[in-house]
Amino acid sequence: MGMSLIVKKITQLVIGLIFLFGINIILFGHLSVGGGFAGGVILTCGFILIMLAFGKDKAFSKMKIRVSHFLSCGGAITFLTIALLGYIGGAFFLNFPDHGKAFHLHSAGFIPYADIAISILIVSSIFIIFVVLVLWGGLTKNSGKDADDEEYIHNL
Amino acid sequence: MIQQFYPLLVAIPLGTAFLVLLFPQSLTRVVEGIVIISKVILLLIIIALIGHAPFSYFVGKWVPPIGITLVSDYISTLLLLVINSVGILSLLYSFEYMEMYTSKIRFYALFMLMVAGMNGVVITGDMFNLFVFLEIATISSYALVGFGCESEELEASFKYMILGSVSSTFILLGIAIIYSTFGTLNMADLANLISVGGKNKSILFAEVLFIMGFGLKGAMVPFHAWLPDAHPSAPAPISAMLSGVLIKACGIYAIIRVSYHVIGMTPLIHLILMSLGVLSMVVGVLLAVGQWDFKRLLAYHSISQMGYVMVGIGLGTPLGILGGLFHLMNHAFFKSLLFLCSGAIEYSTGTRNLKEMGGLFKRMPVTSTTCSIASLSISGIPPFNGFWSKLIIIIALVQREFYALAAITVCVSFLTLVSFIKVQRYSIFGDLPEKMKRAKEIPILMRTTLVILAILCIVTGVLYPFFGNTVLEMARDAIMDQQKYIHLVLR
Amino acid sequence: MTIYLMCLFLFAMGLYCLVAKRHLIKKIIGVAILDYAVNLFLVLIGYKEGGVPPILFKDMSQQVLSRQSVDPLPQALVLTSIVIGLGVLIMMVSIALRLYEKYKTFDTSEISRLKG
Repeated sequence: MGMSLIVKKITQLVIGLIFLFGINIILFGHLSVGGGFAGGVILTCGFILIMLAFGKDKAFSKMKIRVSHFLSCGGAITFLTIALLGYIGGAFFLNFPDHGKAFHLHSAGFIPYADIAISILIVSSIFIIFVVLVLWGGLTKNSGKDADDEEYIHNL
Repeated sequence: MIQQFYPLLVAIPLGTAFLVLLFPQSLTRVVEGIVIISKVILLLIIIALIGHAPFSYFVGKWVPPIGITLVSDYISTLLLLVINSVGILSLLYSFEYMEMYTSKIRFYALFMLMVAGMNGVVITGDMFNLFVFLEIATISSYALVGFGCESEELEASFKYMILGSVSSTFILLGIAIIYSTFGTLNMADLANLISVGGKNKSILFAEVLFIMGFGLKGAMVPFHAWLPDAHPSAPAPISAMLSGVLIKACGIYAIIRVSYHVIGMTPLIHLILMSLGVLSMVVGVLLAVGQWDFKRLLAYHSISQMGYVMVGIGLGTPLGILGGLFHLMNHAFFKSLLFLCSGAIEYSTGTRNLKEMGGLFKRMPVTSTTCSIASLSISGIPPFNGFWSKLIIIIALVQREFYALAAITVCVSFLTLVSFIKVQRYSIFGDLPEKMKRAKEIPILMRTTLVILAILCIVTGVLYPFFGNTVLEMARDAIMDQQKYIHLVLR
Repeated sequence: MTIYLMCLFLFAMGLYCLVAKRHLIKKIIGVAILDYAVNLFLVLIGYKEGGVPPILFKDMSQQVLSRQSVDPLPQALVLTSIVIGLGVLIMMVSIALRLYEKYKTFDTSEISRLKG
């Protein structure tokens, strides 16, 4: 299952650094380069690396498909809630939390929270898309109608 | 007070679309309730906006030209009314109709995303924001066209997707060129800079790119090749939404906003829009007469009627623009009624081929009556609504001494009547074939939708003096007045 | 000036690939090249000779930043446009996969049942 021993060992050494790098880009999105989307794509590539090197069972034990499905909808709803909470200050999408001190991590209002919501949305969505596109052959061989797709994916 | 609720027109359908995906397959009834409640809230907000004075809303309290503004003038209100009324009727129709397909919950999520995108296109006042909402609406329509996952539907969806993404690329190139010349993306600010500054050749390049891009979304003739495949393959409520609303909100409205308000009209642009309109009218109806597939015939007629609207709007006189806007509103009602009727016939008999149908009047009386009302409306028979709008366009053409174009318009109207007489004779009157003897009338919810649309067809024609001033003529005045738009946003 | 011309040459190549090739996946690659060419054009509009990235450091004053940095607005537009392009590409690939299992071929001259 998966690739050869060299690839597995190097993945084990490097995967923690990849995730740390991705989280750094997400959290410091309002101070330096990056932001929600770029950091989310880096984290997703980390999960895809696990899936390529170790096989799909290990990847599904790290990130289950049911959890991904809920997180993708939850991330979008969280972002919309942050936008609607701006009505407290008077306008839609207003930057209502206090802006804090400049150049610190806790600054720029709701932008860090929006970055985190977007990154969760991106990670779960692109992971599900990758799983479905790669495992497509197995899906269509076994199931006839599309209503069984969801059950089949949940039982993978 | 209603001004504070303006962004909710986009936020509510977007939130509903993502909320609905969380429910499992067994709670479909709850999902239908949630979706209907959110559509009713949208309609209430729009009804409160109908007579309201124009205003502009600054998102996040950022003043223009730095921030994004949402603008409400009379033409936005007209289009919002059309989009959401056809939307709620299609949604009610789809509760029973989508039993034929699987996974209704994903259908409702995509439908609400499409409505959110179209609402966003109509209310925004910023060029790039227009592009983003346009993409939201059209990408969800790509998925909805291929919803049934049969081989023909997938082929139609792929063709639509490739052509649609090329047109979006052209629109983005036009936005890039305008930004590099002027340095701002706000529509009112651009209108100010273009009307005050000198002539610049890059504006003409950007304008042509916009006409190509938005013309493909709005089914103008050299760019119409996706429409006869995409509209028949979609499920019937989506065909009604696509043909009744999407090609108007994403195509015609965007051309009006960019040509009249942002860039400003010159005689060259009048000539281009009118020639595109005449070409669409003629080519659409000539290709439609020989079709034997019911929905494909209706799709070709959509191209032809969009040509009417474009001739009226490209003409530029007050009467012409009024005729164009009135025909836009009427076409939304009668074309969606025709598509829903064809869906009802397919639901009961299982076929779309006109040669296999006949004599359905005895078995399905409500469907047949409403189909006849819609056919008479589109052909331009008084007292239905199609007659009045076509009359206004023809009188406007004669007023500007385009006698040849007026004669062509009358001939096209006659050919429309010919093709719909063919439809009526083969589907409703005539002999009942053996297979159709067991066809039943459609369920009560679908019938109610058809009856409401038929009543709207008659009412918008006959009761025009009651609503014409608030809804249509104010929209016409808002289109022709560029300075009022600039003052609305920039104060 | 030449750099904008090269960008539009990339656009023309993407358009050629989309029109002239008959394989479905090659058409999808043509659409991807078209998308990236327009994104590149949009980013190049904001470029300034000898400019710094538009990030404010602690010891920099705001006037220096606004005079010397490249334009940050096209970068935000391109970020949105890349995500939209990603979404469209994913949808095209999934429909191409389903088309292959219905028609058993990738050749567009044989996937033409809707005619007339």
